[in-house]
Amino acid sequence: MNPNELTISAARDALRKRELSAVDLTMACMTAMDAGDGLNAFVHKTPEIALDQARLADGRIATGDAPAMCGIPLGIKDLFCTKGVLSQAGSNILKGFKPEYESTVTSKLFEAGAVMLGKLNMDEFAMGSSNETSCYGNAVNPWRRDNDAAALTPGGSSGGSAAAVAADLCLAATGTDTGGSIRQPAAFTGIVGIKPTYGRVSRWGVVAFASSLDQAGPMTKSVRDAAIMLGAMAGHDAKDATSADLAVPDFEAALTGDIRGKRIGIPREYRMDGIPAEIDKLWDSGVAMMKDAGAEIVDISLPHTKYALPAYYVIAPAEASSNLARYDGVRYGHRAKLALGDAITDMYEKTRAEGFGAEVQRRIMVGTYVLSAGFYDAYYNRARKVRALIKRDFELVFAAGIDAILTPATPSSAFGLGEMANADPIEMYLNDVFTVTVNLAGLPGISVPVGLDHKGLPLGLQLIGRPWEEGELLNHAYVLERAAHFVAKAAKWW
Amino acid sequence: MSIDIDTARKVAKLARIRVEEADLPRLAGQLSGILGFMEQLNEVDVSGVDPMVSVTPMRLKRQKDVVTDGNIQSQILANAPDAREGFFAVPKVVE
Repeated sequence: MNPNELTISAARDALRKRELSAVDLTMACMTAMDAGDGLNAFVHKTPEIALDQARLADGRIATGDAPAMCGIPLGIKDLFCTKGVLSQAGSNILKGFKPEYESTVTSKLFEAGAVMLGKLNMDEFAMGSSNETSCYGNAVNPWRRDNDAAALTPGGSSGGSAAAVAADLCLAATGTDTGGSIRQPAAFTGIVGIKPTYGRVSRWGVVAFASSLDQAGPMTKSVRDAAIMLGAMAGHDAKDATSADLAVPDFEAALTGDIRGKRIGIPREYRMDGIPAEIDKLWDSGVAMMKDAGAEIVDISLPHTKYALPAYYVIAPAEASSNLARYDGVRYGHRAKLALGDAITDMYEKTRAEGFGAEVQRRIMVGTYVLSAGFYDAYYNRARKVRALIKRDFELVFAAGIDAILTPATPSSAFGLGEMANADPIEMYLNDVFTVTVNLAGLPGISVPVGLDHKGLPLGLQLIGRPWEEGELLNHAYVLERAAHFVAKAAKWW
Repeated sequence: MSIDIDTARKVAKLARIRVEEADLPRLAGQLSGILGFMEQLNEVDVSGVDPMVSVTPMRLKRQKDVVTDGNIQSQILANAPDAREGFFAVPKVVE
């Protein structure tokens, strides 16, 4: 096994035993990263920073001062501001932007000794489910259908993160999730991705999309790795007023593998028309695995599920239109070339027309419309009321003693790049149908790879937990992971 | 709710995004489709429900009203498309 193929936990143990150095591990990842250019996952490589951090990590390990993430090579989603390193959120409007500061998440990871290999591809401003709205071009899924060389999407928006981890270009990656952007790509590439409770991880220095929904989380090769890395990313941050002032538990210690007597809810509204039978079958097999592990399976109802997507596509664009107002060509990023006599409004309008891609423009305009005078109550306020009802659905089932909820992660396996090019925007939005409720309710959710479909592509299941109970959620995911025993890897073509 | 071309033009203006006249019909069609999708929300009985303000019940922390940062003019201007003499430069604002 090459060192870049290791999990975080295996690499940690090897580093501590001095069987492996952080520099050698980092070099192995950099070799894999360079050989993986066909995946278009890494869009800015930072080999000098990586080697400096790896040498420092080796020094720390030698003195016995080695936190779990010390010497672990990671990829960082382009949405995270990294000091002195291009951070463009996959957008031309942030072309050339090199932050003068470091996001809280990357600061914490670096303090824990982690190594940054580079920045990862993503949908523009995290708006997309296929990584096809990126200014860097498509990221490509390392998985292909059986006997078919067609390029598939790794999902989105954290498509580069998913492709890089699944292809062993790095040990793990950061992602962000506003409506499913960690969990859907994780499911499409056969890896693990967790969106923590809203407020568990600081949003400071993460380019904002929809601030009441955005959460960062780890994308990893195993549930144990997700527990380790989440522990390093999480925690209160005075610079993010919505970050929770709660102690961060030892998530890895929560992985006991014992869920006997736990009550797992199966929401009947998630059995939807038009969902492939394979997805339902996978879900049934997941139910059987939890039951075999001693959990009690309970039929539950989340009656407002159907309204989650329309509510999301009011609230997220509304917040985005406000957050993205800052891209005006004045303080950073792109400014359009102006004609003689152009005034400041021409500069704003031309800059934003050139700098934002079609999907981002569309969402800004939808947001502008639903917030405009006369429509604010009809759309935005109504959506926020429906959001309150969606959250209450979850509160009621948790109050009735449900410990975790098991659902499919996605309505399909990975689709072909370009296949949705002529689809209605709504068709693409349906990718988020199982994940978006979790963001609206602020809950933690995790995607775990469970099987392959008839085309040989990975499928995942989602577990949803109680607020702030990521440890318990991860333990449920750990049981599912062990029972599913998903060990398939994409056949290397890149 | 169907969006006509005039409404699409107005929304683009409010959003400060230049949309060519020829592209307005397509934009109007797409916005109509998305807003049509949102119409489903009208099926929900929301009487007596307050709009969500914060997804996790938390009291925002108050910060001390003190200077904690400063003297970083060059950092602030480092990414500006046009910075001159310590300022952001923009086209004429007032005629």
